[in-house]
Amino acid sequence: MTVPIAILLDGVLYAAVLFLLAAGLTLVYGVMRILNIAHGSLYALGAYTGTALVLAYLSTGGPEPLMYLALLAGAVLAGSIVGPLVERLLLRPIYAREEVVQLLVTFSLFLILEDVMKLVWGVQPYYVAKPYAYLGTVTIAGVRYAWYQLLLIAVALATGVLVVAAIRGTRIGRMIIAVTADREISTTLGINVARLFTLAFTAGAILAALGGALVAPLIAVAPGISVEAIVLAFAVVVIGGLGSLEGAALGALIVGVTRAAAVYLLPEAELATVYLIMVAVLLFRPRGLFGELEMRRI
Amino acid sequence: MSGREGALALVAAAALVAVPLLLPGWVAFLLTLALAKSVVVLAIALLLRAGLVSFGHGMFFAAGAYTVGLLMKRVGVHEAVLLTAAGIVVAAAAAALVGLFIARYRGIFFAMLNMAISMVVYSVLLKLYWLTGGTDGIGIRTPVILGMTPDRESLRLAIYYFTLALTLPAFYVVQRFWNSALGFVLRAVRDNEVRVEYMGTSVYRSIYAAYVLSGGLAGLGGVLTGFSVGHIVPEQAYWTTSGEFVFVAVLGGPASVPGPLVGSIAFEFLKSYASKYAAFTWQMTLGAAMLVIILFMPGGLWTIYGWLARGGRRWAWSSKPSA
Repeated sequence: MTVPIAILLDGVLYAAVLFLLAAGLTLVYGVMRILNIAHGSLYALGAYTGTALVLAYLSTGGPEPLMYLALLAGAVLAGSIVGPLVERLLLRPIYAREEVVQLLVTFSLFLILEDVMKLVWGVQPYYVAKPYAYLGTVTIAGVRYAWYQLLLIAVALATGVLVVAAIRGTRIGRMIIAVTADREISTTLGINVARLFTLAFTAGAILAALGGALVAPLIAVAPGISVEAIVLAFAVVVIGGLGSLEGAALGALIVGVTRAAAVYLLPEAELATVYLIMVAVLLFRPRGLFGELEMRRI
Repeated sequence: MSGREGALALVAAAALVAVPLLLPGWVAFLLTLALAKSVVVLAIALLLRAGLVSFGHGMFFAAGAYTVGLLMKRVGVHEAVLLTAAGIVVAAAAAALVGLFIARYRGIFFAMLNMAISMVVYSVLLKLYWLTGGTDGIGIRTPVILGMTPDRESLRLAIYYFTLALTLPAFYVVQRFWNSALGFVLRAVRDNEVRVEYMGTSVYRSIYAAYVLSGGLAGLGGVLTGFSVGHIVPEQAYWTTSGEFVFVAVLGGPASVPGPLVGSIAFEFLKSYASKYAAFTWQMTLGAAMLVIILFMPGGLWTIYGWLARGGRRWAWSSKPSA
């Protein structure tokens, strides 16, 4: 009985991280119609800054529970500095260009950020197990599980609820819905689309960085985590339907649990199963589970 | 092709034939590699001209290379011509299968699905250790070329000329394809595919045909790269490898026939210098260069030829101080 429970717990944990990543990716796509290949790099950036801030904070010898604040601060800092910079300098000049060009620009950004992170933090892996070890473990139905992992799932859930509430319930959120539906008409209604783009991209960047910072205590923070993250995040948003937050949540659950099951039952096929599911979903729903069919434009 | 361009192509071909006899061995090696990879870049450029970008052509590149590796190691085939034919057929067959599914998609979905499938191929190559050797890859021994086994001294030149003898026809075939009826349909698809359908042409079938041709070309590139490097690894199917090919296509200028060749040669030489002097900033340099080209030089490096051909007017214009 322990294996199914372990699969479920690990699956939900993967799903929590994937959701934070995919929510940002899908938000940016929904608003700006740009698929950001560098999204995984923002996740890695969050992992690095979070780790660096926690390590710096711990070396000052302050009270230990505050290290969680340092972790969060790292993510918010990384996202809110890099996000607006990238949007203003790189993406703004190419909104009118073809999709292919936009993909290539974010791919270039991915390449640049990879090396920038290597230059700043080197290639040796960083470990910051303190936030993980501090909370101890709990036994759920015979499976030992860390409290930190449960905390992570809770934070991801809360973030998801918060993002949905912000989009549905606030003035800016409603403007985002309007811009997603029709950019031109929104402009005529007096919505400052350019400012909204900066805001949406920054929010997406913070979500990605948050995912990275939260997962950092569980993994070795090293070059290569961004590639792994973006490859899975793509699968999640494509399964769920690009531009849909509900889709991102469902996609994250599907990919997370599948991946956990594969890790336990058929480790050779870990990545392959995720993508086979994605191809299977697309065969029957070409725009993903929650995606909307686009009108053909003459 | 105008008379002037035909003459230029002949001069370029003659130069490529003569170069390894005049220059040191390492130049010949880099050129072999550049020629081999230029065929994959050509495959990417063909799709780019139809407005499609593939972040997964590494899978066909790897299909060609692994066909050679497995046939050599497991079956004992050593004849280069046979191996090349097999590599092209396997890659084209793979593209024919994947294409059935992928030719339905455009834009981001086309790019990302290619990537997804190539990542599956990558993980299979990585995990099937008993067959593919996993991360160790497969070593490729000296091939027999048309019944002759090149000796140690002539091996490098033999592989160079073998590569050249297959690369130039590949460029010719693509040029013919691009100027065929199907090629014109693809140009139209890029502009407005709904109108193409109204004219009674199947967009799906046109893209499918281009995709199979493109897959076969990428396979040929994989075969030739396998021969010249002598070793193949699963990373050939990894999405960043595919991204590199896309980069080179943009660098050279996908709209021009020689673009992939020019881009490929420039790229291999840059890379060999960069790995020596700027190992840690190599990707950054690539990314920055791609940004500059996309934002300021959409025609790629080949644009420079256009400027020169127009009597250097653009140069004069761009060097004028901005008042």
